[in-house]
Amino acid sequence: MMDKPSANAFASFTLNGEVAQVEPKVGERLSFSLRERLGRKDVKIGCNAGDCGACTVLVDGAPVCACLMATQQATGRNVETLAGLVKADPDAQALMESFQHHQAAQCGICTPGMMVSAVALLREVPQPNDAQVQDALGGVLCRCTGYRKIIDAVVGAHAAADLIEAPTELGHNARRFDGLAKVDGSEKFGDDVASADALVARVIRSPYPAATFTFGDLDAWQAKHPGIETILTAKDVPGLNAFGVIPGFIDQPVFAVDHVLYRGDAVACVVGVSDAINGLDLDLFPVEWTPQMILSDIDDAIAPNAPLLFEGRKGNIMCGGFVQCGDADAALDAADVTVEASYKTSFVEHGYIEPEAGYAEVVDGRLHIHACTQASGMDRESLAQILNMPMADIRVVPTAVGGGFGSKIDLSLQPFIALAALKTGKPVRMTYTRNETMKSTTKRHPAQIKIKIGARSDGTLSGLTFDGDFNTGAYASWGPTVANRVPVHASGPYHITDYRARSRAVHTHCPPSGAFRGFGVPQSAIAQETAFDLLAAKLGIDPLEFRLKNALTDGVPTVCGQVFEQGVGIKACLEALRSAWDGAKDDCASFNATSTAYKRGVGIASAWYGCGNTSLPNPSTIKAGLRADGTVVLHQGAIDIGQGSNTVIPQIFAKALGVSISGVTMLGADTDITPDAGKTSASRQTFVSGNAALKAGEVLRGEILRQANAGPDAVITLADGQVQVTDADRTQTLDLSRLEPNAEGYVLMAQETYDPPIKPLDENGQGVPYAQFGYAAHLVVVEVDIALGLCKPLRFVAAHDVGRAINPLLVEGQVQGGIAQGLGMALMEEYIPGRTENLHDYLIPTIGDIPPIETLILEIADAHGPYGAKGLGEHVLIPTAPAIFNAIYHATGAKVTHAPATPTRLRAAWKEAGHA
Amino acid sequence: MSYITATTLDDVLDALADGPASIIAGGTDWFPAQGDRAFSGTLIDISRLSELRGVTKTDTGWRIGAATTWTDIINADLPPAFDGLKQAAREVGSVQIENTGTIAGNLCNASPAADGVPPLLTLDAQVELTSLKGARCLPVAGFLQGVRKTDRAAGEILSAIYIPDAPAGSHSSFVKLGARKYLVISICMVAVLVTIQDGFVSDMRISIGAASPVAMRLAALEDALRGLAVKDAADAVTNALIHGLTPITDVRASADYRQAAAAPLIRRAITLALEGAT
Repeated sequence: MMDKPSANAFASFTLNGEVAQVEPKVGERLSFSLRERLGRKDVKIGCNAGDCGACTVLVDGAPVCACLMATQQATGRNVETLAGLVKADPDAQALMESFQHHQAAQCGICTPGMMVSAVALLREVPQPNDAQVQDALGGVLCRCTGYRKIIDAVVGAHAAADLIEAPTELGHNARRFDGLAKVDGSEKFGDDVASADALVARVIRSPYPAATFTFGDLDAWQAKHPGIETILTAKDVPGLNAFGVIPGFIDQPVFAVDHVLYRGDAVACVVGVSDAINGLDLDLFPVEWTPQMILSDIDDAIAPNAPLLFEGRKGNIMCGGFVQCGDADAALDAADVTVEASYKTSFVEHGYIEPEAGYAEVVDGRLHIHACTQASGMDRESLAQILNMPMADIRVVPTAVGGGFGSKIDLSLQPFIALAALKTGKPVRMTYTRNETMKSTTKRHPAQIKIKIGARSDGTLSGLTFDGDFNTGAYASWGPTVANRVPVHASGPYHITDYRARSRAVHTHCPPSGAFRGFGVPQSAIAQETAFDLLAAKLGIDPLEFRLKNALTDGVPTVCGQVFEQGVGIKACLEALRSAWDGAKDDCASFNATSTAYKRGVGIASAWYGCGNTSLPNPSTIKAGLRADGTVVLHQGAIDIGQGSNTVIPQIFAKALGVSISGVTMLGADTDITPDAGKTSASRQTFVSGNAALKAGEVLRGEILRQANAGPDAVITLADGQVQVTDADRTQTLDLSRLEPNAEGYVLMAQETYDPPIKPLDENGQGVPYAQFGYAAHLVVVEVDIALGLCKPLRFVAAHDVGRAINPLLVEGQVQGGIAQGLGMALMEEYIPGRTENLHDYLIPTIGDIPPIETLILEIADAHGPYGAKGLGEHVLIPTAPAIFNAIYHATGAKVTHAPATPTRLRAAWKEAGHA
Repeated sequence: MSYITATTLDDVLDALADGPASIIAGGTDWFPAQGDRAFSGTLIDISRLSELRGVTKTDTGWRIGAATTWTDIINADLPPAFDGLKQAAREVGSVQIENTGTIAGNLCNASPAADGVPPLLTLDAQVELTSLKGARCLPVAGFLQGVRKTDRAAGEILSAIYIPDAPAGSHSSFVKLGARKYLVISICMVAVLVTIQDGFVSDMRISIGAASPVAMRLAALEDALRGLAVKDAADAVTNALIHGLTPITDVRASADYRQAAAAPLIRRAITLALEGAT
């Protein structure tokens, strides 16, 4: 007999060995029940569509997406989640060890899905090979790691008991100090921190790229929907109804007032009890839209008589950038060979697996914001303006961040939950849907680039001109930064005496383009590095030799006239690729001699990237103190979004203080606890915050040694609540009790700030934009399926000059993750507003798409870097796409000029190259 | 508004007769289609319907019950004519999707890019639709009427798929073209079933998906390849023999690309099927 509906009100199943009973609604997802009714926050939700696999759980031992299962379907079954598995399951425990050892978790948001899937595999196949791991984990997306460390961790899990932990000192592959929570399911991300009684907020967004609007009767609508506490609109913003990240470009409204400029613009926010909000059909919200003319791309926007998005931004040009040295036109005229080419790139979505999420509450009259963010300090400043509140009354506590890559530098949901908490006086939570995060948050700028490069017959560069238009979308965000950075970097790391580069940021009715790993430089590098190969071909010079001949060296000016007397590592990177290059050329030639359906090619590309803000102040402050109980506390405010600052900064600090990391307690990030270490962006944390940590460590060390009256080479030992100082043969224990603790409880304290030495750029872009650059060169071997236009990268060799590898395994993790994003940008990622706002129409690489990656770490010390270290986070994806395109050119003669090189475009390029 | 866990087929038919309802098995299409909207209808869960679960031998062929998952198909002991279907099962989605998603749901969802359809077309599969009035059978090609459109009436459930025995010496393959390795919606996909007798192609069945609103058999091409020597079969595929494709341009590929990809994909699928035969 059929169970009657009433009999289905409850679902009862075994959850991690215990009986669980819930009363789900009809159509409720198991993932929702597990998280919201049963508190199993280790089950992560990334897409609610089976596209990301973050919510993978085992049901009777089989991995399933909990977001695609009705809770009632679990009745009578055995449901296991990561947090349960790691308590007793030997495979899960081995994976915990192995994941930490290999640093297979970066941000950690995909880790539960990865590990749960891996448990199911290991139960069947105790010692799987790479291919078996890929097949088993193919349904879980990771945006940070590039997957190779995950493969290593699962393949190696059977031997986890034999793993030897690396030392924690600077220069060693220390496990992440915050790594355990990422592998046992206890890490708290933006959606994991709200109190159970929190109200839920949802934003009403424009479905049109351009429209005017009027509200209907909001009060009547609210009255019809019990459980709604308030509806917020522009009139509820007590301060400035705008936010942004660059002074002079604060132009994005919290709530649009009467017109919207892109699909996703916020017009209102509905706040209420969770059942009421979850049951709403937001499409029925009373707002009437009048669509307006849409400027959907750069050509639309710069057309004569195009309507302006902003009065005062003539021709829809928001701003531009310019760098010039020598006489580019004359040099090009004098060149023996020139190449001219045009390129287009597409919107790229950050694709982090954690949608924006957070929680706000009012505590003792102060506003507390817990949210995933890359920039707690900037969030606080913006919120103070929007809310018209003193900064001191706002506390921003970053949760764990499930991937950021630039987009989570900007405000997203923070103003909504802040306004809602202040208006209702109750705690409020909000989580973006996958559609909402993809529709409303920033993207990588699509670019249209024209480049002309000349060379003399001996291969010496002779002139380069660059014109790049960047689709900056509806609002400024980091568009000005892209416009400034690109002309500085568009030369690549080469000596070019005659150079002119222009950029323009163009407004369209598209989502705001903002910060995304590389700030426009990955786009300009595609143009410059692939044009270099065309030039090398015309000259008949080997592409590697051509680059080496023109590479920057110590003492040679950049296109900004900046001269580094030390630390220029590009030649070392290129030289490091030489043997792989020679071998790969031979391998490809012999493969191609017998293969017609598939052709192989090898490509290289270089990159450089200035660390920190472009010619702007960019300070970080780090605080540390010694408590009377002998504990050293590090206030670490450099937000770890998975890249590893929670490990790197303590490693630097411990080295400077001269102690073992085991004696250091870390706090933060939290604006109430940690001084501002700036935003996690621009590859600046290791460099800038690392220097602040180094200085703080040195100053604290000096204080301790002074107490002991010891010389500078004395050894400090922290043990058993005591501080011992050994100077030559003399060891003494500091008597901490005789020192007076300060207001924060520290008997000794240091707070140090570092700001990189830069100088403004003049009207020709001449000056000192950055205190340091990092350098890189990638090599890739690809196989092109000629008939179908499919490009399959077979292996990468990545040479990176990082100055000093504070933690070499973290360096590898950054490189591999960057390559995965670069590969996606090169071959499959194309965001189209309104059409690809999910993770099945917008494709990011899976675990089967990333080939083996060999990382060559070079350490050309930088005078400004902490222990010589240079930034790395963005450098890692800049050379990837042009290297792939150069490899395609080598394999087939097809010139890729439109990224991504989808099968359709690659096949068209191949035909354009004169093939059938 | 209710959630009905059916334990017999009659449960389903009674519930369907009561009014509009959605049937879910794996839910792998239903939940994404539902998205983040609240649901206020009736759900009939057939995932526990043991009479509809599994692949069984009949006198004249095979029956795949409507609640049979892709993983069930992968694990079933089936003749080589099913290799293509099994390959489609492995590539339809992730392990997670295959563990709960069903081949019957794939048909009912009626996506032009449904990976299950081309192999079923080459297997000459029929679907069985059951209602309180009884059961009827019709070919897959008749069941699928267009994009997201089937012949299933209100009150009916797709209860089973019937596949006649393929001739002895039949081998099959499935080739999927997507822009990444896993979890990808097909740009195009091809299924082939070839029967070999004495070194010659005695039967050839070829179907292609995502190149028309509903996946289709390529009759003219099949006719042209029948009777050829096995070694000549793949090379005999020409664009001129591929009739009736109406591919569209979408975010995955252009129409021209799909048209051009058809012949090479078919050649590969034939080669793969023949490899299975040797």
